[in-house]
Formats: sequence, C-alpha cells, structure tokens
Amino acid sequence: MRLEYFQMVDRILVHDPDARTIRMEGDVPDQSPIFEGHFPGYPILPGVLMIETIAQAGGWLVLMHLRFAAMPFLLQVEKAKMRSFVSPGQRLETEARLIHDGSGYAVIEGSIASNGKKVCDAEIRYRVVPFPSDILRETMFETARRIGVAEEFFINA
Amino acid sequence: MTSTFETVAGIIAETCDIDSDIIKPESHAINDLGIDSLDFLDVAFAIDKAFGIKMPLEQWTQEVNDGKAQTDEYFVLGNLCRHIDALVAAKKA
Repeated sequence: MRLEYFQMVDRILVHDPDARTIRMEGDVPDQSPIFEGHFPGYPILPGVLMIETIAQAGGWLVLMHLRFAAMPFLLQVEKAKMRSFVSPGQRLETEARLIHDGSGYAVIEGSIASNGKKVCDAEIRYRVVPFPSDILRETMFETARRIGVAEEFFINA
Repeated sequence: MTSTFETVAGIIAETCDIDSDIIKPESHAINDLGIDSLDFLDVAFAIDKAFGIKMPLEQWTQEVNDGKAQTDEYFVLGNLCRHIDALVAAKKA
C-alpha cells in the first residue's frame, strides 16, 4: 500500500468471475505522513481509507467484470462499519462481491479482515462511465498488470 | 397481487422519503417528485432487484440526449412501469 497515492490494494489473491467475487491483499506501511496526523502518538489507518480499500477492491472486480470497457467511480457508501483499529504494518485481506451490475452503475458488498478478524465492511455503489481520460485508462492497465489481473480480462485494453 | 405501479411507488416512497399519497402514475419523478440523479439510482437499483431486471438507463439517457425520446417517456411513472413490464415480459420469453 502507498497511502499517499491512494494505492490501497497490493495484489489479487483470488478472483472468481463466475461467483463475481475477489479477494485482495495489502500491507499497511509501517510509516506514512498520514500517521503523523492520524493520530500523533497513536497511528491508525483512517476509517475513510478502509472504505477506500473496499471501494478499490470492488472497483477492480467491476473493471474485470466489464473487461475494462468502463471505469467505476465511487458514488455511494452504505452500511459502513469500522469494527476495529488498523495499525501500521498490518496485512489486510479485502473481499468484494458484485451484487448488481446495473446500467451505468454497479453495487458491491465488501469487507476487510486482518489476522482472521473482520475490521470493516460496507456496501459500495459506483457510477460506471466510459474512461474520461486516456492517461487514466493507461494507468489503470499498468496498475492492473502490477496487481495481477489476468491477461484474459484486457479485452478492451 | 401487487401491481407494478404499487411496487414502484412503494420503492420511491421508502427510498426517497416521499409521502406515498402524492406518488401518482402521472407523476414525473424529477419534475413532480423532485428525485435527483443519485436518489434515482437508488430507485433504479431497488427496481432492478424487485423485478429481476436491468433497466437500460444508459440507453434511455442516450435516447433523451439524442432527442429521440422525451424525459416523460421514462420518468413519468406510468410510462416507467410500462417499460418495466416490457422488460419483465422479455425476460420471461
């Protein structure tokens, strides 16, 4: 993870296209400027970044489901619960399940666990639109390869 | 048996916190009921789930933008319910 660059997931562990599920992994860095402010003397991962982590895992799931034909943008967060503090150095496993592939929108349910204990869960809704920027599109492909998206999903690359 | 309109009106009342008494088949979701685009996506999600369909919102939006259809065609609830019924029938066929 590189929190300052909003890189909240490091790699794909399991992707099941038929079940429309994904499991991803990310290591919270030991040090980050974010921890200097959140909080001095008691560094913990901000809850909004836990939600962002679920949104990104679900976003990759949506991107692969659509074969990169369009880009999901965060639209709505429902039923978000931060169940436990997350400290620097913790490994997070994030799961997401696509519960609805709508027309121009998508909905996932997701959760984060660390050491087998659920630390956050939320329902995330996305507005799904054509890529608004070639740079963004290319960057998403580069990142996809880095995190382990299988080549078969690059149909629209 | 609950009609399509009753189901849709119930979804709108619950999702958008609108008094069900003012939701009529001739109501325009935006102009009369004041539903904004974000709330309408909530409504669309609930309708998709309730009827097991995928309303082609992108296609409808394109038709309106291209001048091939008026917003009344998709946002007046009676018309919307007619489209929902057609989608349900097409799914069963």
